[in-house]
Amino acid sequence: MKQTQDPPGAVVARLRGVVKRFGTVTALAGLDLELRRGELTAVFGPNGAGKTTAIKLLLGLARPTAGSVELFGHAPGDLEVRRRRGAMLQVGKVPETLTVGEHLELFASYYLHPLAVAEVLRRTGLERLAGRRFGELSGGERQRTLYALALVGDPELLFLDEPTVGMDVEARRAVWQEIRHTVDEGRSVVLTTHYLEEADALAERVVVLHQGRMLADGDPASIKRQAALRRVRCRTLLPKATLLALPGVRQLIEEGDHVELLVAEAEPLVRELLALDPQVADLEVRSAGLEEAFLALTAAPGSGFVVAA
Amino acid sequence: MSATATYGRAPRATSSPAPWRRHLRLYGLEARSELLKALRLPAYSLPTLAFPCVFYLFFGVAFGSHGVGTGSTTMATYLIATNGAFGVLGASLFGFGVGVATERGQGWMLVKRATPMPPAAYLAAKTAMSLLFGLIIVLLLTALGVAFGGVRMPLATWAGLAATLVAGAIPFCAMGLFLGYLAGPNSAPAIVNLVYLPLSFCSGLWIPVQVLPPFLKHLAVYLPPYHFAQLALHWLGADQGGRVVVHVAALVGFTVLFLASARWAFLRDEGKTYG
Repeated sequence: MKQTQDPPGAVVARLRGVVKRFGTVTALAGLDLELRRGELTAVFGPNGAGKTTAIKLLLGLARPTAGSVELFGHAPGDLEVRRRRGAMLQVGKVPETLTVGEHLELFASYYLHPLAVAEVLRRTGLERLAGRRFGELSGGERQRTLYALALVGDPELLFLDEPTVGMDVEARRAVWQEIRHTVDEGRSVVLTTHYLEEADALAERVVVLHQGRMLADGDPASIKRQAALRRVRCRTLLPKATLLALPGVRQLIEEGDHVELLVAEAEPLVRELLALDPQVADLEVRSAGLEEAFLALTAAPGSGFVVAA
Repeated sequence: MSATATYGRAPRATSSPAPWRRHLRLYGLEARSELLKALRLPAYSLPTLAFPCVFYLFFGVAFGSHGVGTGSTTMATYLIATNGAFGVLGASLFGFGVGVATERGQGWMLVKRATPMPPAAYLAAKTAMSLLFGLIIVLLLTALGVAFGGVRMPLATWAGLAATLVAGAIPFCAMGLFLGYLAGPNSAPAIVNLVYLPLSFCSGLWIPVQVLPPFLKHLAVYLPPYHFAQLALHWLGADQGGRVVVHVAALVGFTVLFLASARWAFLRDEGKTYG
């Protein structure tokens, strides 16, 4: 970490009013995001939320339809910028006939101050696989190699797009430990994930994306509070519009002749519900699990869900 | 081979090497990667080498002693130039067209573009491979011609012919790059073949251009491989009599056109890729 011009907490990356459309698909619908030095930010959201698109824009691999993207105060594709960051992307196929060591040696040569290849192999637990061809690696070993390629340039800012996807629990824990180590060295890390557990275990800051918009931004605890919803289930004759107008309703889910309402607080809702419809039957209140609450929060409308603003 | 033997040589550089040394190493490693990929996946590289040789055996060796047109050049000698051009064309179009389309489609190109790799290093490594393939093809055809076709020519003539054939890869690398950005990873081999085979035939790379039907003869002048083959044939005194400078200018023009088209296709692709 030699090029440390920015003090801890300084903004290293900034998205401002970013819109990205691919033909008729809107991947990002006006995103504002600042990443700060020394921070580990998890960008969490379901598939199609715009996570990968946000990463690609930050890497200068795509250009925003509107808005601006900055890394270290420059355009994200500038050579100077590319030398100060590393990226692990989701990739379909890596040249399979080259060995892990050959891939690393080549990538190291792109940077001004790379880490020693042996050091990177050691950190990622790939020492014994250095001479093995990429095509002969297991899924987890491939992921670790891609991580190693992102790290070998000794980057200040590390982008990890779904770093542990397809890994078993043990391998995932090992990668988490390495990522923490990386942050302890003073690097900033942005990782995208659709495992809430991963965001919770690693990040000081979680950004929740949904349909190209930011749904929430905060430390994991506050995100969890936001996501900690109550689930009120009952049978009622009240029309949908009336139910959606009840206090604090976030979402309405119809299930046969039952409805489920997601709310932050159950009591005011139940009082009102009973007042409007004394015939309410099968009333049930329980807390929604964290994962469940997030899935509900981010579920696409039109899939049997009605999302209240 | 022990890969570990080279590790530890790239320390956590406190003083980085001189820029030219760093670049030399970078370009060298990039070219080495391309070479290793080709060597370790012979199913892709062997057909590229075998194709022109098979053609040469059919036409050059079988009809070797026939003369071409009114000149004194034998078919076996003539076809070293044109089948050689055919082979070089194939190596460049496939190496770039299919190579780039595949690495682009698999997302590997994005990973590389996210690094500080100079794009020129990637292009230079692929071009070097095309030149190397071109050289191997020329050597193979020459060996076949000398051994089975009774081909004899002064060394200086051969050197000029070989250099022309190898250098002629460059415009077709540019053309392959364009095709690689235009075609999808799955359709690239088919599209490259659709361009490669008719273009070769119409430019007189299979059978001499003077044997082609008149309308094809007129068309040939507008095709880049025609000019390439004429430059090669010039060394044998078997060209159509066009001026060298015109052929060179045509090839330079086509190269610029293909590079501009490749840039257009690259930008178009950048706006489209979703995910």
